[in-house]
Amino acid sequence: MSSTATAAHDHDQSHPGPAMYLRIGIILFILTAAEVAVYEFGYNRADAGIGAILHPIVVPILLVLSAVKFALVAMFYMHLKQDSKILSGLFVFPLMIAAFIIVALMVLFAYLHYVHPVAIKI
Amino acid sequence: MSHDAHAMEMETATGLDSRKMAIWTFIGSECLFFATLISTYLVYRGRSLVGPFPHEEWTSPTGQHFEPILEIKLVTIGTALLLFSSLFVVLALYGAQKGNRKMLLGWLSATIMCGVFFICMQVYEFTHFVREGLKLSTNLFGASFFTLTGFHGTHVTIGVIWLTTMLILAIRGKLPPEKALNLELAALYWHFVDVVWIVIFPVVYLMK
Repeated sequence: MSSTATAAHDHDQSHPGPAMYLRIGIILFILTAAEVAVYEFGYNRADAGIGAILHPIVVPILLVLSAVKFALVAMFYMHLKQDSKILSGLFVFPLMIAAFIIVALMVLFAYLHYVHPVAIKI
Repeated sequence: MSHDAHAMEMETATGLDSRKMAIWTFIGSECLFFATLISTYLVYRGRSLVGPFPHEEWTSPTGQHFEPILEIKLVTIGTALLLFSSLFVVLALYGAQKGNRKMLLGWLSATIMCGVFFICMQVYEFTHFVREGLKLSTNLFGASFFTLTGFHGTHVTIGVIWLTTMLILAIRGKLPPEKALNLELAALYWHFVDVVWIVIFPVVYLMK
């Protein structure tokens, strides 16, 4: 077996065990509960208290929580943290293009809506 | 290493298995596919001229009243189960790699059950929406919502079929540790379906 093949095999051997998987699962569950709590307080109980504080920042908080969950699954469950960097590249490069597509289209349509508000009222 | 084991790993110049490279390339292309669907949902968000709407009440010119259509509680349960299924499939993979048949069969069955529940949840949700008056052609929200979540549901269904195939192989004793990569490929696809939902859940259901 070549040295690169041995290295790749070693990567597979270093995958985390059930205890680590369970810890990540608990964190993911807590983050999901936090998302729903932010939604509930930020929108449905926004009159006073913590809801009033959360209301203007609900979207950024949800985006951050979602990004953290995404990263945890990709790094630990999909083993990108332990596997070859080539595999990370195969995933992260299209992911960056995907993020660019989403942002670019939103900016484009926001601009079109501003310039020609009637044209896109389908 | 035996000739069979060499053939099994399908090594390339990078030292990585070609099937693993292929599944990651496929997942990369799927990122772009879902990016276009999510973009479409976002750019049409809030631009529907008629209801039902996702988070707001609406009364039609004929006086018919529509409540906000999204059911957060039900979808939260579905989301939690999809997240748990990712944990279960990675435990099943661990069992397959270690030759622990009981662990493999148990966790793989649990993963499939979670996937089936998620599909049932989505079928119920779609049926409920149609009964409430939201169809693919009703408004921009309906068109973009059904397209985005429908394609995701299709991916979940394919994942359930793939994992069920793996379970049948495991029951027949045709998924020994040296063939655990076959399950790893299915698991990677399943995790991808999960991470797509991790994005869809807040974007579609939680952000007003």
